[in-house]
Amino acid sequence: MVAMLERETVDHVARLARLALSDAETDVMAVELSKILDHIEAIRTLDLDGVEPTSHVIDVVNALRADVPHHSLPRELALASAPDPVDGGFGVPSPGASAQ
Amino acid sequence: MSGAAVEYEPVIGLEIHVQLRTRTKMFCGCELSFGDEPNVHTCPRCLGLPGTLPVVNAQAVHYGIMIGLALGCEIAPRSQFHRKNYFYPDLPKGYQISQYDVPICGPGKLGEVRIHRVHLEEDAAKLVHVGESGRIHGADRSVVDFNRGGTPLAEIVTEPDLHSADEAREWLNLLRTTLRAIGVSDVNMEEGSLRCDANVSVRPLGSDQLGTKTELKNMNSFRFLAQGVKAEIERQTALLRAGEQVQQETLHFDPASGRLTPLRSKEQAHDYRYFPEPDLVPLVVTEAMLERARAELPELPADRAARLERDLGLSGERARELAFRPELGDFYEAALAAGGPQLDAVALANWIPPLVERIGSDADPAGSRVSPSALAALVALVSSRAVSQTAARDVLTLMVQSGDQPATIVEREGLGAIGGDDSGLAQVVAAAIAADPDAAEKVRDGNMKAVGPLVGYVMRETKGRADGGEITRLIREQLGL
Amino acid sequence: MSDALLNLTAAAAAAAIRAGELDPAELFELYRERAAADSLNAFSWLCDGAPDAGFDRSTPLAGVPLGVKDLFCTAGIPTQSGSRILEGYRPPYTATVVERLYAAGATLLGKTHQDEFAMGSSNENCAFGPVLNPWDRTRVPGGSSGGSAAAVAAGLVPWALGTDTGGSIRQPASFCGIVGLKPTYGSCSRYGMIAFASSLDQAGPLTRDVSDSALLFSHMVGQDANDSTSLAFPEPVRMPARRELSGVRLGVPEELLSADSGIDQGVRESFEQTLSLARGLGAVVSPCRLPHAPHALSAYYIVAPAEASANLARFDGVRYGLRVPGNGDLESMYSATRAAGFGPEVKRRIMLGTYALSSGYYDAYYGTALRVRTRIAQDFQRAFEQFDFIVTPTAPGTAFELGAKSSDPLAMYLNDFCTVPMSLAGIPAISIPAGLSEGLPVGFQLAGPAFSENRLLDAAFALEQAIGFDGSPARAGGRA
Ligand SMILES: [Zn+2]
Repeated sequence: MVAMLERETVDHVARLARLALSDAETDVMAVELSKILDHIEAIRTLDLDGVEPTSHVIDVVNALRADVPHHSLPRELALASAPDPVDGGFGVPSPGASAQ
Repeated sequence: MSGAAVEYEPVIGLEIHVQLRTRTKMFCGCELSFGDEPNVHTCPRCLGLPGTLPVVNAQAVHYGIMIGLALGCEIAPRSQFHRKNYFYPDLPKGYQISQYDVPICGPGKLGEVRIHRVHLEEDAAKLVHVGESGRIHGADRSVVDFNRGGTPLAEIVTEPDLHSADEAREWLNLLRTTLRAIGVSDVNMEEGSLRCDANVSVRPLGSDQLGTKTELKNMNSFRFLAQGVKAEIERQTALLRAGEQVQQETLHFDPASGRLTPLRSKEQAHDYRYFPEPDLVPLVVTEAMLERARAELPELPADRAARLERDLGLSGERARELAFRPELGDFYEAALAAGGPQLDAVALANWIPPLVERIGSDADPAGSRVSPSALAALVALVSSRAVSQTAARDVLTLMVQSGDQPATIVEREGLGAIGGDDSGLAQVVAAAIAADPDAAEKVRDGNMKAVGPLVGYVMRETKGRADGGEITRLIREQLGL
Repeated sequence: MSDALLNLTAAAAAAAIRAGELDPAELFELYRERAAADSLNAFSWLCDGAPDAGFDRSTPLAGVPLGVKDLFCTAGIPTQSGSRILEGYRPPYTATVVERLYAAGATLLGKTHQDEFAMGSSNENCAFGPVLNPWDRTRVPGGSSGGSAAAVAAGLVPWALGTDTGGSIRQPASFCGIVGLKPTYGSCSRYGMIAFASSLDQAGPLTRDVSDSALLFSHMVGQDANDSTSLAFPEPVRMPARRELSGVRLGVPEELLSADSGIDQGVRESFEQTLSLARGLGAVVSPCRLPHAPHALSAYYIVAPAEASANLARFDGVRYGLRVPGNGDLESMYSATRAAGFGPEVKRRIMLGTYALSSGYYDAYYGTALRVRTRIAQDFQRAFEQFDFIVTPTAPGTAFELGAKSSDPLAMYLNDFCTVPMSLAGIPAISIPAGLSEGLPVGFQLAGPAFSENRLLDAAFALEQAIGFDGSPARAGGRA
């Protein structure tokens, strides 16, 4: 059994993933992730020396595109789903600025 | 006491982002643009819409290979793209597609600086601050414009081989010139197509260990680069002299104040969680791709400068002046060819700066009214003493204005040189001596500085058509020296 | 009349329309009415009526209605991948496979519910409520393509598109008593499929029988310039015709059928019966080894969440979908939007994947999982030197009761035990209904080497004929 994930670890990962978790959710997450990681732990005992990692199962290289322009979206369509369209762009709270 | 005599040596490495001059973005077919209305060059891909997939622009790969060859890099036979994960509004997918452990170009060298690597990636979008939001009281608001998002970038990383702010600026200029010559980028720092970050540290002179480095960002001109690096070297040196430590941090250069301010530590706490981009297959550089890149590579500026210096006897400075602005080098070499083997290559080279001065310092002489053969003809007239140096400058001014041949202008304006035995120059010199006996006396006594007023008299009388050397010779002759 | 019409397979209906024996509008209306009366929660969106452009009888699919899993982008039509975070989202473009099927004459009837972002094996992770199993409405239809599977089984649509990442076509096909094909990775374009795990996701058909599967698949395959990981299918997709299996070598992997693999007794019995039928058709059945297959689930639950953690980063409240302001600052907007928009299972997998990729853990988890993946692919390669197909039960059990496993994520993940190895190896696998166990369908899975779909469909067809499964009870409303 792997040690239970620390709360700080769960908090850190939640911050990396930009997920706001309540205290209760963090506790549940720590337990569930620990159980899953415990199950997964077995593969770390396999002898994998010299085994190449497989990140693609297909044997394809160089899928390249010719440098030819296509039509871009009309701006209204690009902005059609935007939660905060403003001045022809996508409005967001400024990075670095903190609200009161 | 111990630190009092220690000298410190700066160690500088650069990270340069270059926007490639493709027609379309790195992973989609939207056209590259500058200064257009916001969000008119976007598509599902470069907006990061759900379900979209990237497809690599072949021309960006081609440019990447050309950069690698120009910087003497090893080209990786097989490289791949990774995802670099972080959240920011200018990053539509929540990750940037970049290269990580296997970049397209490995170690190389440009000038005296070793290149660590060159890799391909996509540019972020533009975030424009618009002030206070009406909806959320007190909150600052920004607007994202995705026109730039996804522009192909090559990131060039050097080894820490530079040792002063001036060296850094000069080397960056060599890099810029090289990239412009091979045609892969506009390399315009003001427009952001060339961006430079610097890693700076200092260490006691003679030490072979690197000190703690800081990363300097946002130096978007050559001047700011030199300014920023210089300020940081001074800051670090002062810290070490005072017995304090340099903190590893990222500093933002403010052009307005010339000051460096640390970015907040929260923004620095990145864990990019790189992993191989599953949506893209590996990049394999074939012999055919290499051949094509080699074929398109022109003579590189550094090579050209060396050749002009070695083969034509130009000074190093003049050779670089011509080689680092390929349009000047091209015009010069065209004029040289037009002038034939008799033309003095060094004299011709010295006529390029006066030409540039007359057509505007950023203009391409190929677009002026002066043809390479006309400039060669002017230099030939000067060499044969048919026109004096001084008159030739006036002829050049008229050539730039009218586009006429120098011989025509000389004829029309009566600017031919006065010289030789039957030209009457000797009489003018005699008149000059007669008009200023004091000066003549001083010259006779060995004070050659006093020759000035006499030469000036002759020049005025001949309207600059006489040759300065010939005047001096006649003065000395008539004064019995 | 409508019963006869309802009992036509999609291929038979298309043939009848093309022959002028059936009015495509009549067929469409039949299914539209049935889908509109859907009480299984199978559909996320249903069309208003027949397409304005009408039906083109001359096309191969002749206007036969199609169900499409929610996560396929459809221009102007709601596409939410079962998630609140895409509230109100209508994409400006259509997924390549859907475009191809339109071009072949398919008519979109509706979009079907799914587990949120295809993460789940029961459809209980759908933000819009669970889909019910038409064989027994107290049970799950499987997942994540549960809406498509339930709709096809219940006769609400003749056939449907699903996607399979670790079993998401095969397992719901098994639970609903229909045919589900997960094609070779790369044979169908992923462009326009909202990604779960990019190196595993693959579109495939959910159909009433093997012939329908082959027909729909034949109009989905092909290289797509919009998907760098897509490949040209090496041969035309044929309609299956084989009625015997003489000399076909079937390998039964010991590791997946061991006593501790958690396979129900009823499923084992059904599996053995199917093997007997196969032998009767001339197949040679023997045990085979896939030594690393028991570790597939662990590798999968690192690779898939890791990729998902990046794929789902784009849902940030900036360009589309839900935005929750939080405290008003950017970081708080991100975290609040994602906390409100994603369901618990999606959060769990994002957390797992983020953790597995984070500094200091990459080699231990992600790096190791990619190496196990290599081993698993090698196991299959070796096995296919001696066997034509590997066969297993599709799922360890039959459809379970709603809520039975929702409090135990690990127990839920074990549903994918027999389907995940093929996903990691990128090879094709098909689930066909093998019979009933206690009144619920049981699936039989065949897997072959990459691009062996024609042979795989042939073998599945031969077995299907021998099994003679009757799916009509589900169309008639299932058991009370
Ligand atoms: Zn685009």
